[in-house]
Amino acid sequence: MREITVISGKGGAGKTTITGALTSLLNKPVITDCDVDAADLYLLLQPEVQETHTFPGGAKAIINQQLCVNCRKCINHCRFDALHYNEDGVLAVNDYKCEGCGLCKNICPANAIEMVQEFSNRWYVSITRYGSMIHAHMKPGEENSGKLVTKLRDAARKKADENQASFIINDGPPGIGCAAIASVTGTDMVVMVIEASKSGFHDFKRAQTLVDSFKTPIVAVINKHDINKTLTAEIEKYLGELNIPLLAKIPFDKNLVDATTQALTYPEYQPDDAITESLKNIVTYLQKPENYEKKQAQSAS
Amino acid sequence: MKRIVVASGKGGTGKTTISAGLQYTAPQYYGKPATLMDFDVEEPNDHLFFNNLDLLKSSAVTLPVPVINKEKCTYCGKCKEACAFNAITLIPKAGIAEISTDLCHSCGACLVVCKDDALDELFHPIGEVNTFGKDQTIILKEGRLEVGLPHQTAVIRDMKKRHLPDTDLAIFDAPPGTSCPVVTTLEDADYVIVVAEPSPFGLNDLKLLVEVIKDIKLPFGVVINKAGTGNNDMEDYLKKEKIEIVSKIPFNREIAEAYSNASIQEIAAHKEMDKHLKHIWNHIKKKTA
Repeated sequence: MREITVISGKGGAGKTTITGALTSLLNKPVITDCDVDAADLYLLLQPEVQETHTFPGGAKAIINQQLCVNCRKCINHCRFDALHYNEDGVLAVNDYKCEGCGLCKNICPANAIEMVQEFSNRWYVSITRYGSMIHAHMKPGEENSGKLVTKLRDAARKKADENQASFIINDGPPGIGCAAIASVTGTDMVVMVIEASKSGFHDFKRAQTLVDSFKTPIVAVINKHDINKTLTAEIEKYLGELNIPLLAKIPFDKNLVDATTQALTYPEYQPDDAITESLKNIVTYLQKPENYEKKQAQSAS
Repeated sequence: MKRIVVASGKGGTGKTTISAGLQYTAPQYYGKPATLMDFDVEEPNDHLFFNNLDLLKSSAVTLPVPVINKEKCTYCGKCKEACAFNAITLIPKAGIAEISTDLCHSCGACLVVCKDDALDELFHPIGEVNTFGKDQTIILKEGRLEVGLPHQTAVIRDMKKRHLPDTDLAIFDAPPGTSCPVVTTLEDADYVIVVAEPSPFGLNDLKLLVEVIKDIKLPFGVVINKAGTGNNDMEDYLKKEKIEIVSKIPFNREIAEAYSNASIQEIAAHKEMDKHLKHIWNHIKKKTA
């Protein structure tokens, strides 16, 4: 079983479109939506939920007004400015600022503060027309996204064993922070979608540094290559120098958006066109065992 | 100082184009210069959009992480119990007393419970704040998280605490999404410009962001970018929710090409874009008067 993660650094580079395409071209993979912050893959794959689980978010401080002696110790010690007196002169907690560290509870001389665990995040095991899907709904403003991604990937591995699936495809988040780290660590290969723009190239390089730190093999896809041919040539040269295989060059094409408006993956929408042909190239590469060995030997040297 | 946050649930909708465009046209359409603050600390790329900027200053962002003084530690376990993030490892028999820099949130909970005075904080570098400008005039400040570290929110907090500009108005370019770093960027906004693209993904992520902004009770309006692609579901949704549409920027291949070259001069010079930037500024002036 191979686990593949699709990331890009920059948002809107085409991760979910590529992931959707791979999903429909591979034979019944397990699909994980690791972009728990803005999960969109379900729009293409229309999962039917089979199991719902809760995932603990951060804890939040709650104040017992009857016990509070207004000593202000909590306000003075909180490093996240999460406590304040509201308009009515009552000590209040800002849930978005509260990190759930519990310092205020420990320092309160009147035992007036309690920490309450949030359980509003949900994650699901679903079936789609292409295979099992593991996805989540995270409460906005939440900060446990890295841990939730790790949970989803564990569940996906279990499901892949159960289904005897040959592939797990993880749709990654934008950026390089905790959710991206949790999406990339320990995968067998990372597909990086590079938007042919200066921002796309800049953000790709930072994401590439992150993936390199895990010594995971990288393959690349350039998206919207015809928007900036000069830059695309520069990106290709860069990839060549680093021996990163370029598996597909996708043009800017209105059809790519139109497919999503009909809740279809691209190969479903245009089964025979040139874009679908290049998407098939990616799948052919991912299916060859030697591509994993070769890269591993390379990163070991 | 007035804070205008430019945010988007989905990545790649045009946040940076609008943010940089507003900074660039501020003297013309706002009447005063504005400073651009790049809060997308995971992928800060606003600086690419300005030609020949000088790096005026670079300041380290550090996170104070406690270290345990083993000479004083009695292995009482109080710090470990107080740590909500499982960052502390204590194994008395093996003489191990350690705090993980990656897991530590730098909250100080362990410090207040330690009775042995065995904890000292050491400052770990987690990123930098870079100030760019021309001829000593500040144009933009960016936060840049060190690759591989999970401390994006801490970098944003540091920017807000120590690096706010002294112009009358600042444009905050937010990271994409709706999680903790986005909320930290948003929370003290005077006005929020939400940028959205009318695709199914764009609409889904717009709804998530609107949920957050309404919950924090911030005033906001939506700029629809790349109008004419996707479908009309977004406009139907905005109408139904009575959310104000600030501007509708049609998709234009020339603008997309200018964007790919990351030249704000070229982007803002485009007639269509110029018209909309002026429009957005008028809207901001009205809403923050």
